[in-house]
Amino acid sequence: MKEYFQNIYTALSTIFIGMKVTFKHLFVPAVTIQYPDVRLKLPERERNRLYVNMDDCIGCDQCARACPVSCIEIETVKSLPTEDLGKTSNGKKKALWVTKFNIDIAKCCYCQLCVLPCPTECIYMTDVFEFSEYNRNNLIYSFSILTNEESEQKKNNFAQFELLKAAEKEAAAKKAAEEKIQKEKLSTETKPESENKAQN
Amino acid sequence: MIYESFVDLFGNEILAMFLSGAMPLTFILIFVLFAVLFERKVSAHMQDRLGPMRVGYHGILQTVADLLKLIQKEDISARDNDKILFNVAPALVFAGSYAAFAAIPFTSTYIGSNIDLGLFYIVAASSLVVAGILMAGWASNNKYSLLGSMRAAAQIVSYEIPTMLVILAIVMITGTLNLSTLSEMQTGYFWNWIIFGGPNFGIDKIIFIPLMIISFIIIYTSSLAEVNRTPFDIPEAESELVSGYHTEYSGMKFAMFFLAEYANMFAVSAIVSVLFFGGYQSPFGYLGKTLDLAWLIPFEQLFWFTAKGIFFVFVQMWLRWTLPRLRVDQLMTACWKYLIPIAFVNLLLIGIITIL
Repeated sequence: MKEYFQNIYTALSTIFIGMKVTFKHLFVPAVTIQYPDVRLKLPERERNRLYVNMDDCIGCDQCARACPVSCIEIETVKSLPTEDLGKTSNGKKKALWVTKFNIDIAKCCYCQLCVLPCPTECIYMTDVFEFSEYNRNNLIYSFSILTNEESEQKKNNFAQFELLKAAEKEAAAKKAAEEKIQKEKLSTETKPESENKAQN
Repeated sequence: MIYESFVDLFGNEILAMFLSGAMPLTFILIFVLFAVLFERKVSAHMQDRLGPMRVGYHGILQTVADLLKLIQKEDISARDNDKILFNVAPALVFAGSYAAFAAIPFTSTYIGSNIDLGLFYIVAASSLVVAGILMAGWASNNKYSLLGSMRAAAQIVSYEIPTMLVILAIVMITGTLNLSTLSEMQTGYFWNWIIFGGPNFGIDKIIFIPLMIISFIIIYTSSLAEVNRTPFDIPEAESELVSGYHTEYSGMKFAMFFLAEYANMFAVSAIVSVLFFGGYQSPFGYLGKTLDLAWLIPFEQLFWFTAKGIFFVFVQMWLRWTLPRLRVDQLMTACWKYLIPIAFVNLLLIGIITIL
């Protein structure tokens, strides 16, 4: 009999205790962060999407070589001596046209190994982490500031320059060879004289 | 009364009947729109969350969006369903819970049907829900649905007994089953409410108070079980039975069950408030009376009635998000070993006091 009333008492009292707790929580401010509107501050050294500041890139290919999954693809073309590409922000002279700088971010493993060797600190991790796409090809980011025509043009320029240089070289070689021949001729002409002289 | 004024206005009894019969339906629809959001908000804030926040200011249009979604949904019906019963069940469940509204007095001027057997009628009509639930479970041809509906039937049938015993006790005191008369008796101020011993003054009023509080707790608990709310939600028990008897339903048929559940919640709260808390009566007297504006009184009464109803609905939600689900044996123990004996003793004591 005592147990019976004890049961009723515990049932009612525990229900009221529980209700008190939940009622208190009704006025506790919610812990929800309304994500797209409100964002938590990311940690200082978070590793997210890569970005390349092409103004500073010297096309040294060190990042591509450091990448363990080879997601960076770089193509460069040498500039002509007449062209001035300017300097990077830390005073390095740029000498290469970067015609292609593609990062396949779908492959990227966010190891940050590409960031460390960069001599001009132009490749770095940003705080952008929402870049889902419906098509995987859209995840290949192209950073080159040159348009396709421009890079074609640069390539042609360099090829022409090379040709020109080759032609010049050839011409110079020819000239040199001719000169040599002439010299030899000359020396053969003069040699007998000297021989003659010597004989004389 | 509104029905009479409709008859005067349109000169057509059938039209007036339809109009006055549709009024609780509009009330229910608006209430459900509100209550679903309210439930989600209450549950969210009790768990330190925010709840729906996207649709409208603080998510106030969330239920409207959900309703639109439900309307667009495909009406799925499995091959082996018993088609007729499957389609009738949601309508029957809603009809059962809507029928209860016919005898509930919303204000002193509006009651669907002012019958003398009001309380008896409500108890009888809400038993129709059991038939609907059993139909739904059987016709779904799904083991979870059938288990859920059988549990629901067992639960509702056994918890009707303590409800009836408490109602009997109230009838002993008031001598009426008419809810409108019952509300009129508790007029004046809140100390005239039955939970505070009823409108009569004397020594029995004081003796009645603890007995009435016990009766209130019994009827509230058992009505909670009758509408299948947590902690008595074993018929729906998500973690065991997917969602009980409405597992196989989709689209608007599911919405009917949902509507019926929330309509039932309000009906039960309204009955509790009529029985113990004065129904539509204001606890502090009427503004319309003091300002001598007779037309204001029904609006005030409607306000108090909905306020009391919503308060008890809120307590139901509060309990839902506080207590875990009972086991089947615990459920039966609570009913047969605790609520029914206490209700009997309570009935006996009240009977003796009323005779003396």
